Amino acid sequence: MSINFTVSPSFPAERISDWYIFNTWLQRALSIPIHLELYSGFSAQRQAIADGLVDMIYANPFDASLLVRERNFIAIAGPAGGDEMVIFTAADKPFQTITDLQTGLRLSCTDDPSVNTVGRILLEPADLDASDVVTLPTETYIQVARAVLRDQADVGFMPVDAFSALSNVIQRDLRVLVTSQLHVIHHSFLIGPALHDRGEDISHLLTSLHENEKGRQLLAGLGSTAWRHIAHEDVELMIDIISTLTQ
Amino acid sequence: MDDMDPAWIVGEAREYTLRLFDGSCRRVYVTDSETAYPHGKLIVSRTDTEGVITLGNQSFVDMSGYQESELVGQPHSILRHPEMPAAAFRDLWETISTGRQWHGYVKNLRKDGGFYWVYATVVPNIRQGQVVGYTSVRREPSRQKVAAAEALYRSMLES
Repeated sequence: MSINFTVSPSFPAERISDWYIFNTWLQRALSIPIHLELYSGFSAQRQAIADGLVDMIYANPFDASLLVRERNFIAIAGPAGGDEMVIFTAADKPFQTITDLQTGLRLSCTDDPSVNTVGRILLEPADLDASDVVTLPTETYIQVARAVLRDQADVGFMPVDAFSALSNVIQRDLRVLVTSQLHVIHHSFLIGPALHDRGEDISHLLTSLHENEKGRQLLAGLGSTAWRHIAHEDVELMIDIISTLTQ
Repeated sequence: MDDMDPAWIVGEAREYTLRLFDGSCRRVYVTDSETAYPHGKLIVSRTDTEGVITLGNQSFVDMSGYQESELVGQPHSILRHPEMPAAAFRDLWETISTGRQWHGYVKNLRKDGGFYWVYATVVPNIRQGQVVGYTSVRREPSRQKVAAAEALYRSMLES
């Protein structure tokens, strides 16, 4: 039996090779063939989920909701910290805080549902909702930064990890207006019904990864320091919280 | 629930007696000191089905002015501000007890008599088809929306 594994496409492109290295390690550790498929966008990945082509996923919080509540996936591990995002502008723009932003705002963002939902919540103090904002979608976070730097957009949305991965030269020309500190919304390692009987094994492998040097290197490549066990109720609570963010 | 202790209050305060949803009363003291909502954060708390606090995140604790141990086990109305009309909370309970989400702008009372405004969404925690509690998620509101809510609540209290 071959297992289909995928990762929500919200990680920096520099980490693609690290996910393949992780996948090689996981195959050996579990002694089962695992096929890693990295989709280019959220819609392609969602189609694969709908087609039953995913058995294991490192899922963003919004896809985790769908998979747990509707597709009988269970969460077995997650990063020690939460998923956080930034709203940024160009350093030469007059905006200093979120409340300086006004109707007609040009927003550059990818199709990451988690980042975009949190970002729109963080625009609310400026009394801006979707109808007040001109959204300029892009494919990648580098393109988001480029759009802001070239004055094609006033602000951009990006995960903290992706923003931190930008070069110092680029970061110097940008100004962060707000960084989320939600702590309660995070990616999760989920397994589908085909792997439920291996759940404890996989959870133990992932949550003990930080205990040796090789494991710490793998985690560092994926932008983490440790993964922790996630109880089913932890994910249920996260899903309840996410449901409030779309209101 | 115990009355507020005047010794907790920072600054000049007005005294009110709140009539709570369960019919009990609580003496509270309020000041005009507003604590700004912390940018980028969510305030999260959970209650059981009776509205008794079972947990809260650090932002919930920090903004309330209480210690976590002073909050857990208390009714969520420990944060009830007298300038919030009872009708808003009646609507909240009527909505969530039927399994639906409630959302609205809420002025909360701090332990020190001050206040903070939030945009709150309350969601029933449904497990195996049963409501087992409620989660309240608060986020930073726009000041324009707060001003509108403040005017509405004042007119409701005056009528």
